Amino acid sequence: MQKKKSIFSKGGNTQLLIPIIALLILALFNLIADPGFFKISLGVNSAGDTILSGYLITILDYGSELAILAIGMTLVTAASGGQDISVGAGIAIAGSVILRVLCGGDSRAEELQAPIIVAFLIGCVVAMLFGAFNGILVAYFKIQPMVATLILYTAGRSIAAWINNNELPVIKEPKFAYFGGFIPGVPVPTTFLIALVCVVVILLVLKFTTLGLYTQAVGINESSSRLNGLNPIFVKFLAFVILGLCVGVAGLIKVSRISSINYSVIAKDIEMDAILAVALGGNALSGGKFNMIASILGAYVIQFLTTTLYKFEVQADALPAYKAVVVIILVVISSPVVSDKLSALWKKVKKTPAKEVG
Amino acid sequence: MAANTNKAKKPAAPKKPGGISDTNLLLTITIVVFIVMYAGAMILLGSGFLRAQTFFNILNNNAGLILAACGMSLVMITGGIDISVGGVAALVSMCCAVYLDMKGGNVAVSVLIAIAIGLGFGLVQGFLVAYLDIQPFIVTLAGMFFARGMTTIVNSKPFNVTNEGFVELKGTRIPIPGLGTYNKKGVYVDAYLEIGVIVALIAVVLFFCILRWTSLGRAFYAVGGNKQSALMLGINVKRTKFIAHLLCGLLAGIGGYAFFLHVGSGSPSHAMGMEMDAIASSIIGGTLLTGGVGNIIGTFFGVLSLKTIQQIVSSAGLDQAWWTGITVGAMLCLFLVIQSVVLARKKKAS
Repeated sequence: MQKKKSIFSKGGNTQLLIPIIALLILALFNLIADPGFFKISLGVNSAGDTILSGYLITILDYGSELAILAIGMTLVTAASGGQDISVGAGIAIAGSVILRVLCGGDSRAEELQAPIIVAFLIGCVVAMLFGAFNGILVAYFKIQPMVATLILYTAGRSIAAWINNNELPVIKEPKFAYFGGFIPGVPVPTTFLIALVCVVVILLVLKFTTLGLYTQAVGINESSSRLNGLNPIFVKFLAFVILGLCVGVAGLIKVSRISSINYSVIAKDIEMDAILAVALGGNALSGGKFNMIASILGAYVIQFLTTTLYKFEVQADALPAYKAVVVIILVVISSPVVSDKLSALWKKVKKTPAKEVG
Repeated sequence: MAANTNKAKKPAAPKKPGGISDTNLLLTITIVVFIVMYAGAMILLGSGFLRAQTFFNILNNNAGLILAACGMSLVMITGGIDISVGGVAALVSMCCAVYLDMKGGNVAVSVLIAIAIGLGFGLVQGFLVAYLDIQPFIVTLAGMFFARGMTTIVNSKPFNVTNEGFVELKGTRIPIPGLGTYNKKGVYVDAYLEIGVIVALIAVVLFFCILRWTSLGRAFYAVGGNKQSALMLGINVKRTKFIAHLLCGLLAGIGGYAFFLHVGSGSPSHAMGMEMDAIASSIIGGTLLTGGVGNIIGTFFGVLSLKTIQQIVSSAGLDQAWWTGITVGAMLCLFLVIQSVVLARKKKAS
């Protein structure tokens, strides 16, 4: 992780610090409270497979959707300077489409009506179409992203229910549950592997294509990037389509976890967590420069926090209150005003100008 | 060359005397659409919409939302956003419900509690946004999480308030003479408004006047329109933003109480999605999220349009739950596209 810093701008150095420090603080807190938090053991699950279990594995498992969404959200944030608040609703739509294709209209089908891969691809395409819809509103009609995606935020879950006629299909095929659980013989959660693939793909894309550069250029100054020969409309549009793809993948994981769907509850408030992940990664929510790894780390920090709180038997509904306190402390510490004062203080205390990276 | 372009630009900058400002143009669109929609509902759907009480009920049911949307518009005009209003409203109703349920609970004190909670959120969020320069979205998102979580911590189960003073206040109805209807038994029933609506209407008029005729109001528009030039004009940008968030928090608190007065119970699931309704109403009312453009009267009509379309959907027999979500989404989409097209054409024309 440390080596990859060089891929990004110099700003990445300090930027990565925020999620890493947050992660360390959380880890330290858990270490003091209960060292058992870090225990990872090999166990046998109900299906008779050997799997890894422990709180850390839970974090990797349940943080996957968030990490995948954080990838797309970072691009959207960087390119458009706004956030997509419809990802939760998008997941509901993608999941609903996947189930619809698998069941072929009969919500109690005994056998799969289509191969899982076909359902997944159709789900991704639909999610990308909805991403494109958001993208058109934002890029061509110049509507602020939060407002444009508010449309799908209000309508999305209704559309998801409509796709399946408000029925709740149940998939009985055990293979379908692999994506949200464990593949027999592989002790690592499949979700983590999927997230890993997504992260590797996006990092390769950022390294070998100009996507990252163009996105940042458009986010920093749209008109000057246009004068430089870029097409800001297309770059923004593309960011939303990529987010759509991420939503499709996250949708598969979400429905696979329970082999069914609950339209009003599935991926609820995940958009807020995804945006938080981007913010925790130290990325400016007003667009411009971004650091993908920091965002992904941010996603796992949030899941770390959630799991920690669950471990201390915080009521699920009360969870947001604690999350809010942690988030406020983090953003206050990293806010420009406070960090300037802190660094001034730091310089006073330690007058050794030892700069490691120029 | 430079002088030439300067000259060419100058006549376009000041508003044409006969022209119409962005704010007024969007406001007109909203009001016209609302009237057309309501008239259409009266003609096509008839019965229910012909009764004045149907209209008043839309007001009665959404007094809290109107108040919260007013605050939201203020913040949006300065270029910020506040998504904590729904959470604050839920927290206010729960705290007031718990307080009133105790022995010796006093209605006046409960109102003070509501205002204090609202002001508290406004103060903290305003400080963080204005003076520490943190993005309003993140601050108020944390505010929403905090308020929702605290609501559950205060009391996790929904319950009704039985305090006598409160029930009396809740039942108070202001009759509107002349607009009543005859019910099934042929007894004349006056149309009525609830107290929350009166408070909401006062707030709408008050903030409309503040925005239009005071220096504070003009400062709101200036800060939202262009922070840099507002600073040059000697406007205290930070204080203006702070005041906007403070007022929004206060209005969310009062709105929460109006909501509480209407439902008469406390529950962690109260006012779910109120923040999005408030944002949607503001947008339909012609307030731009980028700041600098907006109008409280428009917001008021935004709430009415939003709730009327829901009423139309449910009374048109499309009672499947998803239709409401889809129509509201479609309506938002329509308004957004109209606004963006109108503003773009106007820009081209000038």
